[in-house]
Amino acid sequence: MPELADPQTRPEPHGGPHGEPPALRRLLGLVGGASPLTRLAVITAIIFLVMSLLRPDPFFTAGNFSSMAFQIPEFALLSLAIMVAMLTGGIDLSIVGVANLSSILAVLVMRHLAPEVGGEAGTLGVIALGILVALLCGSLCGLLNGLCVSYINIPPILATLGTGLIFTGIATVLTGGAAMMGFPAEYSVIGNGTLLYVPVPMWIFVALAAVVAVILSRTAFGLKVYMMGTNPLASRFAGISNAGINIRIYMICGFLAAVAGLIIASRANSAKADYGEAYLLLSVLVAVLGGTNPYGGVGRVGGIVLAVLSMQFLSSGFNMMQVSNFAKEFIWGALLLVVMVVNLLQFRSAPAAPGLPRPQGQPAPSLDKT
Amino acid sequence: MTSPPLLDLIGLSKSFAGVRALDDVGFAIAKGEVVCLAGENGSGKSTLIKIVAGAQPADAGSIAIDGQVQRRWSPMDAVRAGIQVIFQDFALFPNLSVAENIALNQELSAGHRFINWKAVRAVARRGLERVGVDIPLDQTAETLPVADKQLVAIARALLSDARLIIMDEPTTALTEREVRHLLDIIRRLRDDGVSVLFVSHKLNEVFDVCDKIVVLRNGRRVAAGTAAEFDISSLTRHMTGRDIAAESHRRAAGADARELLRVEGLTKHGAFADIAFSLKAGEVLGITGLLGSGRTQLAKALFGLTPVDGGCIAVDGRPAAIASPQDAIAHGIGYVPEDRLTEGLFLSQPIAANIVVGTVDRHTGGGGLLDRHGLKAEARRWIDKLKVLTPSPDLPVQSLSGGNQQRVVLARWLATNPKILILNGPTVGVDVGSKAEIHAIVAGLADAGIGIIVISDDIPEILGACARILVMRAGRITDEVSGEVSADDLALRLAS
Amino acid sequence: MPSWATRNEVIVALVIVALCVVTALINPSFLSLATLFDMLRNGILIGLLAIGVMLVLISGGIDVSFTAIAAFSMYAATMLLVDLGIGDSLLLAFLISAGIGLSLGMINALFIAGFGLPTLIVTLGTLSAFRGFLLAFVGSDLISNVPPAMRDFSRSMLVRGTDAAGYFYSLPTAVLFLIAAVVITWFILYRTMLGRSIFAVGGSREAAARIGFNVRATQVFVYGYVGVLAGTAGLIHASLARVANPSDIVGLELEVIAAVVLGGARLTGGYGTITGTLLGVTLIVLVNNTLVTLGIPTTWQKVMIGFLILLGTGLPAFQARLRANRMG
Repeated sequence: MPELADPQTRPEPHGGPHGEPPALRRLLGLVGGASPLTRLAVITAIIFLVMSLLRPDPFFTAGNFSSMAFQIPEFALLSLAIMVAMLTGGIDLSIVGVANLSSILAVLVMRHLAPEVGGEAGTLGVIALGILVALLCGSLCGLLNGLCVSYINIPPILATLGTGLIFTGIATVLTGGAAMMGFPAEYSVIGNGTLLYVPVPMWIFVALAAVVAVILSRTAFGLKVYMMGTNPLASRFAGISNAGINIRIYMICGFLAAVAGLIIASRANSAKADYGEAYLLLSVLVAVLGGTNPYGGVGRVGGIVLAVLSMQFLSSGFNMMQVSNFAKEFIWGALLLVVMVVNLLQFRSAPAAPGLPRPQGQPAPSLDKT
Repeated sequence: MTSPPLLDLIGLSKSFAGVRALDDVGFAIAKGEVVCLAGENGSGKSTLIKIVAGAQPADAGSIAIDGQVQRRWSPMDAVRAGIQVIFQDFALFPNLSVAENIALNQELSAGHRFINWKAVRAVARRGLERVGVDIPLDQTAETLPVADKQLVAIARALLSDARLIIMDEPTTALTEREVRHLLDIIRRLRDDGVSVLFVSHKLNEVFDVCDKIVVLRNGRRVAAGTAAEFDISSLTRHMTGRDIAAESHRRAAGADARELLRVEGLTKHGAFADIAFSLKAGEVLGITGLLGSGRTQLAKALFGLTPVDGGCIAVDGRPAAIASPQDAIAHGIGYVPEDRLTEGLFLSQPIAANIVVGTVDRHTGGGGLLDRHGLKAEARRWIDKLKVLTPSPDLPVQSLSGGNQQRVVLARWLATNPKILILNGPTVGVDVGSKAEIHAIVAGLADAGIGIIVISDDIPEILGACARILVMRAGRITDEVSGEVSADDLALRLAS
Repeated sequence: MPSWATRNEVIVALVIVALCVVTALINPSFLSLATLFDMLRNGILIGLLAIGVMLVLISGGIDVSFTAIAAFSMYAATMLLVDLGIGDSLLLAFLISAGIGLSLGMINALFIAGFGLPTLIVTLGTLSAFRGFLLAFVGSDLISNVPPAMRDFSRSMLVRGTDAAGYFYSLPTAVLFLIAAVVITWFILYRTMLGRSIFAVGGSREAAARIGFNVRATQVFVYGYVGVLAGTAGLIHASLARVANPSDIVGLELEVIAAVVLGGARLTGGYGTITGTLLGVTLIVLVNNTLVTLGIPTTWQKVMIGFLILLGTGLPAFQARLRANRMG
């Protein structure tokens, strides 16, 4: 597993000569005035520059860029899933469970069928079938989440917490808790191959991010998602089917999680019920860092991409400074809190700026409302 | 009068973002006096209450208690002076018992660190006795009917040694019987020497209970005097302003107009029963009734927001199964909701998005992608057509004034090209100028052949807009009148 | 009509009884003091944590960081006791651990009450930050030579003996802490203004502020109290296990929240009872302990708990939805 994927591995020696940069926080404050996305772009660039200057040799090298490009896609896809769920004012805590269950089903299909069919074409067909099963599983898990949230009215946190346990539980039952091997060798391309010098998983992420961005900003469905996230009552009165939107959103979440699961499994060459557990928190962090409003209605794919990049730069940079995975976990948590506070202070100073997140349900005081 | 008044308001003014909400308003309330503060929505009543309660400072003017001008005026000062405000939402704790809701206030201000449940119950019982009602002390507040919640709030206010109780639109959610009961309680309070400032825009209630009436319009005090100095028509005139009320946009259906909507035997248990009416093309039909008469629930049922228990709806002569807003829209029905801010608008989203959200499916081009230019053009067209005042359609809709916000909601529905438009309280919270324009827009829509249902308890509005008016009481249509009745007559029919 | 919370408690109680009956039918030795004491022992940690979570839910928030607080306090306290050579006083051990828990709870309070940030996001952040800080900067190795006071505490039993069937049973003294926490929390919630303010804030923040409750102070108390409970629970856990493992406890948070929610506490705030919470904890512990007896592999545990969460939250939510539909 890549170091990002599993911070719960044995601790590395820590306490490198360069501690965490307190300058970072000041810089965060300095760029406070710009639009959130610009601000994030500046922060990302600064992190990149600082890391490149501090550790030019290991950081600013083709090898490192390639390694980062392999590490990014899986948690970027999960972050995208969280962002999409947050747009509706909900959250999907089951994504990691969905990812693992989907990849486990995929490996089960592949290893049962692969020996029975011969030839390269046959193997590719089996792989395709396995992938299809995983994607179907992800979408169905999402459907279940959507039904719980929109038809039974369970708060999204609890609904996805419950289904997440169920998905992880089923995954544990299927594998007995062990890592499940048996992918055909060709499957490794999904997580480890390159195409035109760019890792295959990165291509997958770029393609899906583009699709999600188009869905959100260029389709009627996307517009309705933002509207419902802003004010679910008004969207109901405007004739939008909130249940339909929710179900489709959670299905998209499940689909993205399944793709992430397939990539994780390919990179690890196995599927396991507890892979990538640390990704859940990281994805929430990336979503919030990327400017997504947990109350709904505000969030962009571009923000997620930038947040993912800045997280990866930080993470790789810290690795090169011999900062332990646990220290990174600490820094991520702290960063999440700092970003929330910075955002809060900015909203307070410029509450009327268009396009900024604002918790709904507390409309701005209106003169006319008597 | 020898003793100074309990509360004396002197020349209060208040502006928000350059708009005058209150302009040099002053009046006094004596001990044991029931004063009605009358005025339409947007007249400045709420601002005045907030200032008196200490929740907002006035820009100019002063407040005197027992003849003493107050320097500091915080919410705590107001409470210490014996002023208790019962807001429209009652500020109850839904999860706590009736006893606690009534007595917690007392326990808190007494500085108790521990709870003595016997004392809590005794205090609560005393409070309810003063109001003269019996509500189970252990019941959870959220399971109480609205009227009981209000009584709990009143009991709580009385216990805090209230000398003046301010009630903000206390009858909004009450049935007629509950209103009468409330008025009895107000009279009893008066006899006990408690003053009451009763804020309302409902004419009939105003006469029932008040010693004195103060009328606000557009932030100014336009009339004040004893109740005997007013009658319904003079009060209406003061509240609405003569010029506006005189204008009429009534649209009756032409003799050969086709029937757009027919409703028969529509019933929802506990809300309305056996509703039957029809609506023709180009007609503006009024449905009026007090709150709790079932008018809003009827509107929601017609739009598919709440399931009905029986009856049928036919659109264009064909039976229509309307189980969701989507069904209603498919049948060409639009609904402009009552509460614009929570039900009508996506406040932080751009004006353009608020307009096109209902028609966005029609602007889907090749490959399922949105035709963004088409959408923008559509938003622009409606902004021009309905004269929405804004520098850019990309600004959030919360940057608009109430009247312009309502035009945005209207535009959204007009863009869907509806056959039938249901307007619930179309000018609530809209300034007087915009009001007339919205009425003109509605009349224009009727001329274009849309069947319009206006639901409102604003009598001048409904008289001005509708040729035919259905009166609802306790969930049933009890009366049908033509627009040729007087305001007094209609008010009587509503309440009697 | 009985209130919703009561019915939730009744449902959970019935499930517990049914589970016990079925287990006892399959394995009669289930009905023994040994089983009961075993479950009590297993319930101490989850029970203490659940009481804290219940308080947070009543106040209208949610906390997922309490496991990290428990692990942090437990490990840091044990380390201090060992390093400073002051491991002879049990009281001091608990004071240090609870004190660290309190400080960490105050950090939550700073972001939640001070800045008014959403509780889920804040505690997700502090979960990661506390845990990361502990493992990166405090230590990541097991401490297996726990101080004498903790070792003695682990041997201290209220009752011990052997039953007729020859099974050994014992009830650790540590269970007194759970009982004390229940009594103290009950007293705070139902006998003090502070407790009522927690209910009031959870029921309607705005109304609470309007009648003069100090909403922020209430929140500070709640998150501080959770910290103290977590610190205490952590130290008990390390004592009973006779090892301080910094990677322990974290990962239990969803199970604990599940127990509290099953007991009828609502995520929207204002509702929650100690009886319900204890029933929820009992059910979770029971599920964890009886599956084997029932012939169900332990791997099904998570599925069962997830299913129970959906059932426990879905039923009332669905009822509320139907009710709203009826009212229009």
